[in-house]
Amino acid sequence: MHFLSQVFHWFGDGSHWRGPSGIPVLFWHQAELSLAVVAGAILLGGGAGVLLGHSGRGGLVAVNAANAARAVPTLALLTLLAIQPSISLKWDGFLASFIALVVLAIPPVLTNTYVGMREVDAEVRDAAKAMGLRGGQVLREVELPLALPFMLAGIRTASIEVIATSTLAAYVSYTDLGTYVIAGLNSQDNVEAFSGALLVVLLAALVAVGLSLVRRGLTPAPLRRRRDGGRLSGVAPAQA
Amino acid sequence: MPAAAQPFFQWSYVTTNWGQISSDLVQHIELTLIAVAIGLAISIPLALAAWRFALIRPPVLAVASALYIIPSLALFAILGPITGFVASYQTAEVALVGYTLLILVQNTVAGLDAVPADAREAARAMGYSPTAELLRVDLPLALPYIFAGLRVATSTVIGLVTVTALIGLGGLGQQVTYGFAISYNTPIIVGLVLSVVLAALADLTLVGIERLAIPWSRSRPRVRAVG
Repeated sequence: MHFLSQVFHWFGDGSHWRGPSGIPVLFWHQAELSLAVVAGAILLGGGAGVLLGHSGRGGLVAVNAANAARAVPTLALLTLLAIQPSISLKWDGFLASFIALVVLAIPPVLTNTYVGMREVDAEVRDAAKAMGLRGGQVLREVELPLALPFMLAGIRTASIEVIATSTLAAYVSYTDLGTYVIAGLNSQDNVEAFSGALLVVLLAALVAVGLSLVRRGLTPAPLRRRRDGGRLSGVAPAQA
Repeated sequence: MPAAAQPFFQWSYVTTNWGQISSDLVQHIELTLIAVAIGLAISIPLALAAWRFALIRPPVLAVASALYIIPSLALFAILGPITGFVASYQTAEVALVGYTLLILVQNTVAGLDAVPADAREAARAMGYSPTAELLRVDLPLALPYIFAGLRVATSTVIGLVTVTALIGLGGLGQQVTYGFAISYNTPIIVGLVLSVVLAALADLTLVGIERLAIPWSRSRPRVRAVG
């Protein structure tokens, strides 16, 4: 109980809520970095997934390459980028963190988008063509809406991973909630480290719930009842 | 050594420091093996219970997926005060096992759910006791899912062990933090490449074991409904 009351006091301390290393500023830094990274991953990974899924060619190669990229430890990539003179000083560590985290975020978005596009029933696609829809129309009006739940599942996985992992960005001098965690670990201040960790979990939980609601809202109504909607993410069983 | 203009990679670092690098590699493998083994030992019974008893299924799966939103570094920080030792094997292993649980429990439950009802009925009709059915029908048929989970869990843990360098362990992560501390590319690249190689070898090993353990999954004919 003693420990938790110290954490409570940490949050009650007004000085932790003000200034450039106050909770609101660092919370926003973490959200800002994560948002930029997920946007980048949607553009690159989602875009590639849509194109590959639509054409049906080269997809497996891309998915396997993306999965291999998952094995790259983010901490190693992050620090390697951060000590390159051309990158290190850019935007207080933002650039190095951004690139390293985009590499982390692309695989789940790409894989889920691709699988979602391939899951579209061939007969539905044929029916759309038979009704006179062109390639681009089939993509926009049939394939994309049907693949959306899968894509959003990938985006949700990526977002949570990115928010959690952007804690490491504080190690290469970007200031976000990880700053509390790392400062706390370095100075053996368990209370500060724990409080920072709680804030990261809070942000991740907010985003997880938010994206689940978005996914529910954007899933075409007839697909909503299928509970498996697109739980492929990192825990995809067999041959994903 | 790190200078303003260092080469991207220096072989001489690897040859002179091979002793340290290999002991980091061994620690990395140890941390991974222990975490995956304990994770498996806990998650199989947990998944069986969640699958059998509808009452505990939602809480088990909810806890498993909630764990996933906790950042690894933060988990080490949170567990430090609880286990009492910040920079220790125990703290690292508790956190690593936690992450494997999420993946293994979910996949095992999914695998058990996917056991065809026909197979289970046949087992019962042949007079299998519930335990025999579980051990000789349900679990073997869930194995492909369990192996899929093991593969994801293993590669996840290999990646996460690197982060434990920030609490004083780290396996190959120690090469990374060392290189970063003195702005020296080579140790970071050594850590990065070796952990990717380790993940690939571990994955190949698991695929090999899977083929030996469940030979039927390789050559299962794809039966398709006609008409």
